[in-house]
Amino acid sequence: MPVCAPWPCFPMRIEQRQFNLLAIAALVALASHLTRLPLWLSIPLIAIAPLSMWSRRHREKPVSAWLRIPLVALLVFAIYSNYGSIFGREPGSALACGLLMLKVLESEKVRDAKAAIAFAAFVLMSALLFTQTMSFTLVVCLSLSLLLAALNALQPAPIRSRHPFGRELRTGALLLGFGLPLAIGAFLFVPRLGSPLWGAPGAFDVARTGLSESMAPGSMTELLIDDSPALRVHFESKVPPNSARYFRALVLWDFDGRTWSRDSWPQQTQEEISSTTQLISYTVTLEPTNQPWLAALDVPLDTPPLSRMSRDRSLFARNNVDQLRQYRTRSALGYVLAASLHAADRNRALRLPKDFNPKTHALAERWRSEGRADSAIVDAALQLFNASFTYSLTPPLLGRNSVDEFLFETRTGYCEHFSSAFVVMMRSAGIPARVVTGYQGGWWNELGDYLLVRQSDAHAWSEVWLEGRGWVRVDPTASVNPERIELGASASTSNGSWSAGSWLLDLRNRLDVVNRMWTQTIVQFNALRQKSLLTPFGKAEAEHSDLLLALSLIVAVFLIVTTLWVLRTGTVRRGDGLDAAWRGLQQRLTRHGMPMRLDEGPIDYLKRVRPALDKTAVARDFERLLRDYVDLRYARVNLSDADIQAFARKIRELKLPRVVKSHQQSAEPRI
Amino acid sequence: MSSIGVSTTALRQRLLAWAERRLPALTRLRAVEGLPIRLHRRRIYVLPSMFGIVFAILLLVMQLGALNYANNSALLLTSLLMAAAWMSLFTGFRTLAGLELIAVHAHECHADSTVSIRCRFSRSTRSRPSLRIRWAGLDRAFSIPAHTNAEIDIDVPTRQRGWMRPGRLKLWTDQPLGLFVIWSWLNPELSVLVYPAVEVSPPPLPLGGRSAGERTARGDGDEYSGLRDYRNGDPQRQIAWKASARHDSLLVRESERLIHEDLHFDYAALRDLNHEARISRLTAWVVQAAAVQLSFRLEIPGQLIGPGYDEVHRHACLRALALLPDAH
Repeated sequence: MPVCAPWPCFPMRIEQRQFNLLAIAALVALASHLTRLPLWLSIPLIAIAPLSMWSRRHREKPVSAWLRIPLVALLVFAIYSNYGSIFGREPGSALACGLLMLKVLESEKVRDAKAAIAFAAFVLMSALLFTQTMSFTLVVCLSLSLLLAALNALQPAPIRSRHPFGRELRTGALLLGFGLPLAIGAFLFVPRLGSPLWGAPGAFDVARTGLSESMAPGSMTELLIDDSPALRVHFESKVPPNSARYFRALVLWDFDGRTWSRDSWPQQTQEEISSTTQLISYTVTLEPTNQPWLAALDVPLDTPPLSRMSRDRSLFARNNVDQLRQYRTRSALGYVLAASLHAADRNRALRLPKDFNPKTHALAERWRSEGRADSAIVDAALQLFNASFTYSLTPPLLGRNSVDEFLFETRTGYCEHFSSAFVVMMRSAGIPARVVTGYQGGWWNELGDYLLVRQSDAHAWSEVWLEGRGWVRVDPTASVNPERIELGASASTSNGSWSAGSWLLDLRNRLDVVNRMWTQTIVQFNALRQKSLLTPFGKAEAEHSDLLLALSLIVAVFLIVTTLWVLRTGTVRRGDGLDAAWRGLQQRLTRHGMPMRLDEGPIDYLKRVRPALDKTAVARDFERLLRDYVDLRYARVNLSDADIQAFARKIRELKLPRVVKSHQQSAEPRI
Repeated sequence: MSSIGVSTTALRQRLLAWAERRLPALTRLRAVEGLPIRLHRRRIYVLPSMFGIVFAILLLVMQLGALNYANNSALLLTSLLMAAAWMSLFTGFRTLAGLELIAVHAHECHADSTVSIRCRFSRSTRSRPSLRIRWAGLDRAFSIPAHTNAEIDIDVPTRQRGWMRPGRLKLWTDQPLGLFVIWSWLNPELSVLVYPAVEVSPPPLPLGGRSAGERTARGDGDEYSGLRDYRNGDPQRQIAWKASARHDSLLVRESERLIHEDLHFDYAALRDLNHEARISRLTAWVVQAAAVQLSFRLEIPGQLIGPGYDEVHRHACLRALALLPDAH
């Protein structure tokens, strides 16, 4: 029997293997932040891991303080000079990543390594403050098992095995797996905060992709190649056709020659709407934008809670949308908007900067002087686009007179250019007009029964005010590239996005249903939803105290169940597998009315019961079984597991006869 | 300063002794118990380790951050980590629960050195990694794979000759994550006879008093009277290699000296030394003589042991020396 050589306890220096695992765990934590870190920071940080692994192997001495302290100072300085601060989400997470890798670099003792791993968990968690998508969260949660494995590897004297890492990883994964029910319980019932304790979450100065408040030529390019979801729409009745899926976000009135923008007007009454037909109710789930606008189908009738409707019938949330936001509203596809135009509105809808785009002016005035009606001028402009313009996501750059250059020289562009040029032409011709930005199209997800609108579906169109018809939507892009409107963005940009039109995008669209479920059940779970959690138990509006009670109940039940399980399995029987199998046989014999006495061994027992068994069919098997036991227990030096298993199987297969208990046997002590 | 230190230690000892007598449940220390000692839930204790407390604080901060930013993914991650930390407590408990100490055995030892105590644990169906045994302030880490017996040697320092009770040992682990310390006190009934310290550089063996002086001058084992079969413990240089090669079994030269010339180690003869120094010198001589298988007699107050040269004789001598009463 081998004597275990005792391990030296608390070695001053962690072993190379332990260190490697630590460095890899830290690298994984770092990887969760890589997309956001600047290159000058991420490359040295990544390099620290292999470098420190290598230097540890070849050098006995720890990294000296003369190197470490300047490195920390350098890190803080570099982050400060790059971000302008070391606090806040972006610089804070960059600093955390840097400190983590420096901690790894100086990790010498078990204590250091433990601290580094705990810190790596913090770094992993902070990565989730930026992205909450399902895949990312799952990957981060799974990488926890690597962290736990690294922590487990720091234990001295592990069981020797051929794949120690596999063993540690298994330990980590098992801990997470067994903890999962408790984690879900805690997730559900930890009371959410109604309002943040510090810092408004919206104060994050992150540039999120999404429609911006203004529009200049080229400002949407980034957006149009971005495949991430912008909003998801669930319709309560029938789904509008693709050509009617205009989601209104912002109405831009003011043009300075280059950029379209909107002033925040003092709140007034909304433009009145009449003759509404084709009413549609629906629920929008808007991805965070860090801006206040809410997208709604053209044109919205109701104002969802915690938001307002501007005069030009676009919706704005009270605060910036910094988390996923869900709202229900109602729209009319057929409508007359502002049958009579207010004078101030008319002025605003006709205003153009002076000394810009003279050729466009000249053209519009010529049309006007030809005595055409407003609607004829609209048609003329659309025909102009239709005749000689091309749709492209990579148009040439435009100079000062952007509309002139676009109309008479480059003649290439996308929705921004078309809507902008169109509105300028209309205003030059004296027709009130404005630019509307938002999303158009979307992909209908059959499985999830909802419309998925991506950032690449961003669109800009125009509205002109016509006598008797009010504000009328005109989409000049449609006259150039009708497929863009009929089929959606992917049809028009077959060379724009790498995945556009391919089966991959199709697959991604289909998989979005999982993402939506994730968003609905996990990401959107908020204080409001939590309140209704206890409804099945007759508590419609759960207070914090109720939630805490539920949480403690769940934790208590979980801990009791686990404790019972541990105590049950904790009482290990003496001996090996053979003893266990033998005990099992003894219990069965007792149940069958022929218990073995404490003072007799298997052979004596056999002698005693053989007369009773001789008549039965199992006598031979039974005898062989007992002889096997004697052989295995007393005649073997090395007992193999296979032997034990074979013996146990024979016991299971043995069919014992029911022997009527005699008075003599029942008086025997039971085993 | 040191006197204060001493007095607080003494006070602590006395308090502990009192508490142990009056409130055994509170001290969680066990009274002496017979083997086998089986660890069950009523004697296994659990507390968070220092790292565990720090980790809990970190988790709390993470949880608060996730709640503050209403970030459910982060909250899920934190909950998962928290749950895994809880589960590690049960894993750790299972490492210790059901463990059974079935035998304790001390190796030979002398005062002022260490005694190697061998603990034998029973086999069980699951593996028990990263166990730690603490005895006399020293930690030893070991692990017991499934279905194997484990023996572990622990060195405990010795001070005085005579009977020593190594006392309680603490069996503990912070498996698997180091967040919780799980421990149990074991107090096996074990007394170790500590042989007296061996004098570091003793004078040569007192061969002079007898007529055999010139014989030893010729050197060891030159002259031999015959051969006999090898017995365990025979010094290597006494093996007759050539003769052994001829006979296919190890043979040992048996010199006459071994049989006829007894050494005499006399306590009373060492007049210029104090009590303990005499014992120490006698011990050194006994050890030396036994190592080269010289026959010797030991004479100490009230006892005359020998002559003899084998292990039994050696142990009898060392035992007698160890149990000699103190000087006063």
